[in-house]
Amino acid sequence: MLIRVLLAAIFAGVIAGAFASAAQSYRVIPLILQAETYETGGHSHGFEGHSHGDAGHAHGSEGAEVGEEAEAWGPGDGFERTFYSVISNLLVGVAFSMILTAGILIARQKISFKSGLVWGVCGFVVFVLAPNLGLPPELPGMVAGDLQARQWWWLATVICTAGGLWLFAFKSGIGWMVAGLVLIVAPHIYGAPQPDTIESAVPANLAAEFATATMVASALFWLVLGGSLGWLLARQAQQQSETEQA
Amino acid sequence: MLATNRSDLTLLETGKLVPTAIFAALFGSMLLYFVAFAHSDILHNAAHDVRHAIVAPCH
Repeated sequence: MLIRVLLAAIFAGVIAGAFASAAQSYRVIPLILQAETYETGGHSHGFEGHSHGDAGHAHGSEGAEVGEEAEAWGPGDGFERTFYSVISNLLVGVAFSMILTAGILIARQKISFKSGLVWGVCGFVVFVLAPNLGLPPELPGMVAGDLQARQWWWLATVICTAGGLWLFAFKSGIGWMVAGLVLIVAPHIYGAPQPDTIESAVPANLAAEFATATMVASALFWLVLGGSLGWLLARQAQQQSETEQA
Repeated sequence: MLATNRSDLTLLETGKLVPTAIFAALFGSMLLYFVAFAHSDILHNAAHDVRHAIVAPCH
């Protein structure tokens, strides 16, 4: 049974990941490629050896970033880059699907296509909306605070928001509500790591378009993931109960 | 509230539920770490566009 639930989760993740690749190809990926033409100078993003794979990327800046150390491998532009993005999307889909499945199992909720959609919306709030309030979507070339600090803040925000929503959904009483609210708000009061300067080579309208495009693509991804996971798990549960009755 | 919808179709017998959930959470988190967060240049370059697309901190 364990395996069949996990297979349902993997399948839902693959569906959502494939959908994400299609959704991103509409605006998200073209905007990333466009932003890269503005990307100049080395990255001073607080972690060593960040080289961006310019050899394959052809950033449009005539290798302005090439320098300090040997280039790490990166996929070549065109098919190869798209191929690795699709693979990454599938893996991210499976990863989020597994995490969502863990939540659904622990919560012991009746699962269906519809309740799956609710789980998907919660996933969107936890993994996209909340972290983005502090760390807006970045295009290549935009300045941002220290990478590692931002990653830790992202993780903390995801855990706090998930915990807060969990308390809202599964606990009752004013005390738990207040605790949930405190958890959700705390990372934002603490504040996300910010860059020293907000000057950027990337035009503001590109950044704004990218923010909207990623939000829409992510929201759709989470709805597809939640819906398909709910549907597949419900189907799985039904098959199981039929087997038990037989 | 969601909490009132106690399932009549439990997905797993209770003994397997928690281990499955823990395995799924760990597996999912590890996969997410490698695709979206690991600092390895090769992993970063391969997943670069997706890191930006799912708005994980990238650079």
